[in-house]
Amino acid sequence: MGSAAAQNSQRYFVPAPSVWPFTLTVGLVALVVGVAGYLENDHIGPVPIWAGAIISIYIIFRWFQGIARESEGGQYSAQVDRTYRWGMSWFIFSEVMFFAAFFGALFYARGLVMPWLSGEGTKVATHLTLWPGFEGTWPSNGPANVGGDFETVPAFDVPLLNTLILLTSGVTITMAHHALKEGKRGLCILWMWATVALGATFLYFQAEEYIHAYHELNLTLESGIYGSTFFMLTGFHGMHVTLGTLMLLVITLRLMAGHFKPDSHFGFEGVAWYWHFVDVVWIGLFIVVYWL
Amino acid sequence: MAHAHDAHAHHDDHHHGPDKGIMRWIKTTNHKDLGTLYLFFAFTMFFIGGLMSLVIRAELFHPGLQFVQPEFFNQMTTMHALVMIFGGVMPGFVGLANWMVPMMIGCSDLALPRVNNWGFWILPFAFAMLIGTLFMDGGAPAGGWTMYPPLVLQTGNAFPFLIFAVHLMGISSITGAINVVVTILNMRAPGMTLLKMPLFVWTWLITAYLLIAVMPVLAGAVTMLLTDKYFGTSFFTAAGGGDPVMFQHIFWFFGHPEVYIMILPAFGIVSTIIPTFARKSLFGYDSMVYASASIAFLSFIVWAHHMFTVGMPLAGELFFMFATMLIAVPTGVKVFNWVATMWKGSMTFETPMLFSIAFVFLFTIGGFSGLMLAMTPVDFQYHDTYFVVAHFHYVLVPGAVFSIIAAVYYWIPKWTGRMYNEFWGKVHFWLSAVFINLTFFPQHFAGLAGMQRRVPDYAVQFTDFNVISTIGAFGFFVAQFIFIFNMLSSCFGWFGRKQGLPDRVWEGAHGLEWTVASPAPYHTFEDPPQFSDSEGTAIHDEAVAKA
Repeated sequence: MGSAAAQNSQRYFVPAPSVWPFTLTVGLVALVVGVAGYLENDHIGPVPIWAGAIISIYIIFRWFQGIARESEGGQYSAQVDRTYRWGMSWFIFSEVMFFAAFFGALFYARGLVMPWLSGEGTKVATHLTLWPGFEGTWPSNGPANVGGDFETVPAFDVPLLNTLILLTSGVTITMAHHALKEGKRGLCILWMWATVALGATFLYFQAEEYIHAYHELNLTLESGIYGSTFFMLTGFHGMHVTLGTLMLLVITLRLMAGHFKPDSHFGFEGVAWYWHFVDVVWIGLFIVVYWL
Repeated sequence: MAHAHDAHAHHDDHHHGPDKGIMRWIKTTNHKDLGTLYLFFAFTMFFIGGLMSLVIRAELFHPGLQFVQPEFFNQMTTMHALVMIFGGVMPGFVGLANWMVPMMIGCSDLALPRVNNWGFWILPFAFAMLIGTLFMDGGAPAGGWTMYPPLVLQTGNAFPFLIFAVHLMGISSITGAINVVVTILNMRAPGMTLLKMPLFVWTWLITAYLLIAVMPVLAGAVTMLLTDKYFGTSFFTAAGGGDPVMFQHIFWFFGHPEVYIMILPAFGIVSTIIPTFARKSLFGYDSMVYASASIAFLSFIVWAHHMFTVGMPLAGELFFMFATMLIAVPTGVKVFNWVATMWKGSMTFETPMLFSIAFVFLFTIGGFSGLMLAMTPVDFQYHDTYFVVAHFHYVLVPGAVFSIIAAVYYWIPKWTGRMYNEFWGKVHFWLSAVFINLTFFPQHFAGLAGMQRRVPDYAVQFTDFNVISTIGAFGFFVAQFIFIFNMLSSCFGWFGRKQGLPDRVWEGAHGLEWTVASPAPYHTFEDPPQFSDSEGTAIHDEAVAKA
């Protein structure tokens, strides 16, 4: 472990050689090769998918466990703390850009494709020859009515409730943070469980909404561009909420195991940042996907 | 390189040194080991991508079909681009950043060493997947590296492997970029303020920012392709209210910053090497930093100049034309500064300097042809011709690749403690410089005369240009083996090359990397050095002016 044990904050923390990253790569590659084979009916079978997923999840667990032990073992200096702060910030920025691609697709489809398919501007000929009579109004599944007629999920129904749930969870995690900083561990844990519960409730309602959309509204992933953007945006957001809830759960269990100090708890703060990011993305979704 | 750490006794007793054998490389968290791995990987990919380009050039030696079928030819053009961009140039620069950024800013390692290992080891797997598609039903992707739908959706079994390979490369790039940004922002030696950083560090900081901003967008774009093909979405299908052109917009929102990702580190390298061999500090350090930042900013608002002929509204054509031409301003500042750095310098022409000067000349040619392509009405004729091929190869080969070669020549004495052979370095330079122009200069004429890119056959009037181009390509490829053997000889001490170079290998070189032993010990700067005023002065011209 070498310099890792050094307590002097002027020295650097350099972790010992590790097999985690390589093993994680092996797991991930097995997973994607399995999925690719499945998509192309290559008869690779489900083994690589399961093996890859299990290896990946196990290594991610071990890796974070290792970080938690290093942190609780007092190996991290103020510089390592700043490293994790910067690292998490830039990671969240990359996530923002990932969502930006899908938001961009939504804006492009609504703002440009719809009028152009309807013959606006220089696209008269396209309209007349390819899709005569098409009036592109949002929501749309395109001139070919791909996926059949559908209805949309009204904004001021379950989505509004979910907005309130996520906003409340942003408050509860802040309360937990204050409690932690004031050294009230029991209170902090309570607020954290409340946050986890709110995250899980959000996911429950989101799942209900999807079932409702598929069964009663005929709104599916295949409902043209509306269905594509709706499910890809809310679906990726839902995956991030799932991940965020798991992260909250881990942090809560670590709090119960006595981890973190009132003045040193970046693991907690990093998860809180991530949770707020998920929250902000949802507000964007609520406004431009459900409401407008 | 493998024995670099043995040569120097450590001042501390707690280092065990690396593991032995293959496990050293699999488990390593050392930035020098990982830099070495990145560079070996990049040059392996340059070799594979180069072989693919030779298939292309052999087929184009004469009109008509002689060696390969059109389908395989298209696979070669697609795979050549993907391998060279994501496997060659980008990992090459990441390897240099791995080696040099910690040594230049005076810290022990990158900020997140285990993540660094992960970012590297994804690459061999991702490229095994990508290159493996050559042996699948339906062959490798053949719709061009830009993966435009609907054509790319006709790829055979290779399709999901292409998409997932791009995803994996994206993970590698983003983790690597986060690592570089965090290292630079957080780990600089005391006294090294942002505007005292070596320019290579500055350009890599900006490059890493671009990577974090646009690689996720590419991941989003290829995810949409995947769902369009397998899950019934309609992102790029007009019948469902989508638009195939939308893919081009999203792709080039990634793709244009990507071209600066491949050239900004090159700017940093050249800005490091020219002052060394001109024995002057860099002219206009601050303006270099601001020019790099301006280029990065502008790179986000010029993407649609790749799509002038796709049928955009006039306002879009005009906006993207003028925004693109604006980039000539900061780029011009840079070229001016390089020339002004050499002005009245005490110049010598060692191999890294030769490659850097060639970079200034030949990159500028590529820049000028880019300016021609920026003009919308003119682009209507040039679009998808060999003029475009000539343009981007001028900025990528005598641009990006020459800078990587220059950097390896420049720093390999520091890495291995053994000087390369200067005579063979010069031979390599002149062969490269002659053959690369022989390869790509005639393509300007072929393109202006109307020869299209991505075709295995062409009209007979283009024959002469293509014959010259093919001869140049084979010559360039063969010449690179001189370089490879020269560098491997330094690595492994072939031909009796001995260690024993001074710390400051080049008398005109400045910066913290020249204050440590040659070869650099396995761990450098375990205690942060004080960044002395004299080193800062040498890097930053303003202080020189005061003195």
